Amino acid sequence: MKNIICTLCPKGCHLSVDLENMTVSGNNCPRGVKYGISELTAPMRTLTSTVKIDGAICRRCPVRSSADVPRESVAEIMKLLDTVQLTAPVSLGDVIFENVLGTGADIIVTRNLKAI
Amino acid sequence: MMNEKYYDVIVVGGGPAGLAAALSAAENGAEKILILERDNDIGGILNQCVHNGFGLHYFKEALTGPEYAGRFAELVKAHDNIEICCDTMVLNISADRHVSCVSSKNGYQVFRAGAIVLAMGCRERTRGAIAIPGDRPSGVITAGTAQRYVNISGYLPGKKVVILGSGDIGLIMARRLTLEGAKVLACVELAPHCNGLARNIVQCLDDFGIPLYLSHTVTNIVGKDRLEKVCISKVDGYTPIPGTEFEIECDTLLLSVGLIPENELTRNAGVGIDGRTNGAYVYENMETDTAGIFACGNVVHVHDLVDYVTVESMKAGASAAKFALGNKADGNAISISNGNGVNYTVPQRVRLENVDKALEVFFRTNKVRGKSLIKVTSGDKEIITFKREHMAPGEMEKLIIPAKMLAGVTDTIKIEVEDQA
Repeated sequence: MKNIICTLCPKGCHLSVDLENMTVSGNNCPRGVKYGISELTAPMRTLTSTVKIDGAICRRCPVRSSADVPRESVAEIMKLLDTVQLTAPVSLGDVIFENVLGTGADIIVTRNLKAI
Repeated sequence: MMNEKYYDVIVVGGGPAGLAAALSAAENGAEKILILERDNDIGGILNQCVHNGFGLHYFKEALTGPEYAGRFAELVKAHDNIEICCDTMVLNISADRHVSCVSSKNGYQVFRAGAIVLAMGCRERTRGAIAIPGDRPSGVITAGTAQRYVNISGYLPGKKVVILGSGDIGLIMARRLTLEGAKVLACVELAPHCNGLARNIVQCLDDFGIPLYLSHTVTNIVGKDRLEKVCISKVDGYTPIPGTEFEIECDTLLLSVGLIPENELTRNAGVGIDGRTNGAYVYENMETDTAGIFACGNVVHVHDLVDYVTVESMKAGASAAKFALGNKADGNAISISNGNGVNYTVPQRVRLENVDKALEVFFRTNKVRGKSLIKVTSGDKEIITFKREHMAPGEMEKLIIPAKMLAGVTDTIKIEVEDQA
């Protein structure tokens, strides 16, 4: 039995998750069950970060994963992002890595940055 | 005499509040609109908030800060009659609606406005505001400054970091700095509870094993040139408990200890400021007590969600356009008073003649509460009640009071919170 706080909404239900029987209690809505189990078995995160960019009004370009990625893969993806060097212009949605590390998510640009 | 260019609406600040106000002014008939922004791009603080979670209410999806700002920037740029001046600092606003500003491109300029929208946002409280004793080495900076260094300029402000304050900006920076290779040693919070969202405690602290010290504070800062260590003590209320001190060696202390609406221009214009919000007093249409000067967003009161800033600013922009076109709002003003459990309300005053379908009131409660009943009354008359499952000072409440419920109200409107068993 593990106790966690559900983060899907501001209510923050205190969930008790029984991984042996795959049951969740303490949830006030059905979404809590799915969250409780996935958070303890295979937690997923949206990764947001920045990468280097030349020729824009700022020196970093913000990026994110187009979908949630496994939490364990975050550190590896960060290492990959360290190697990126963009040159302006870039547009919102530009893909930097497709299917990054086989997670199914792309790494995409989140800001329009013109060349200056 | 300087040739003063005229605009129907001048918006001071090109962040989320200013962009929404300008857009809404254009949609409501203002013909010439000017946005004055001191940074080199519009979007305001959203541009450095690269994390996601913005727009869940307004766009019904989780966007990052730059994406949210980008959507509004595109909408604003689609209007030819909205002019944007970046790198431009507003120096003064007068009650008769002259705006003076300076930029390296255009020098000193004075504009005249049919209506002005104040959308300057807020700034962070600093070490000076909370008076931490000790040395004055480098390495003590606000969390938002660190965020700008990392996300815009590409500098890591330090390698061993302690964060004071558990607000969302502090938590977000704990994760951001960790991902970029710094070691975040602790997050220290004066209050007995975390001020940030549960989601951020889990994803920004717990994911990386960063300890959160509740009911603790930084009581000394030690370092000759660069910060070397901080002393931390347990507190009883606000008072450090002797004998509980411990030290953490670090080179950086981030402060995430609150935000202050940035109202120097507002004060100079003679606009009345509410001591509870540190922002201008506003009416139902976001007009200040100075006719033709409107205000919206974090310069009025610090919001939790940019989505609410957008909605409030749309209202301010529409009201400013109406004013500029000659439809001045007037009528008898009724005060909205803070009853039990209410720290402040926005608006603070309402002119019922101007309430179209419903009166929207934002407020914050004074403590964490379970099941609660929010009562809106005027004299002996109960206007409406609202139920809440959960309330907290960190979560701004929004009430929508239908206009028909307010018919015939002439006395002060009181808002109060009652605990329910």
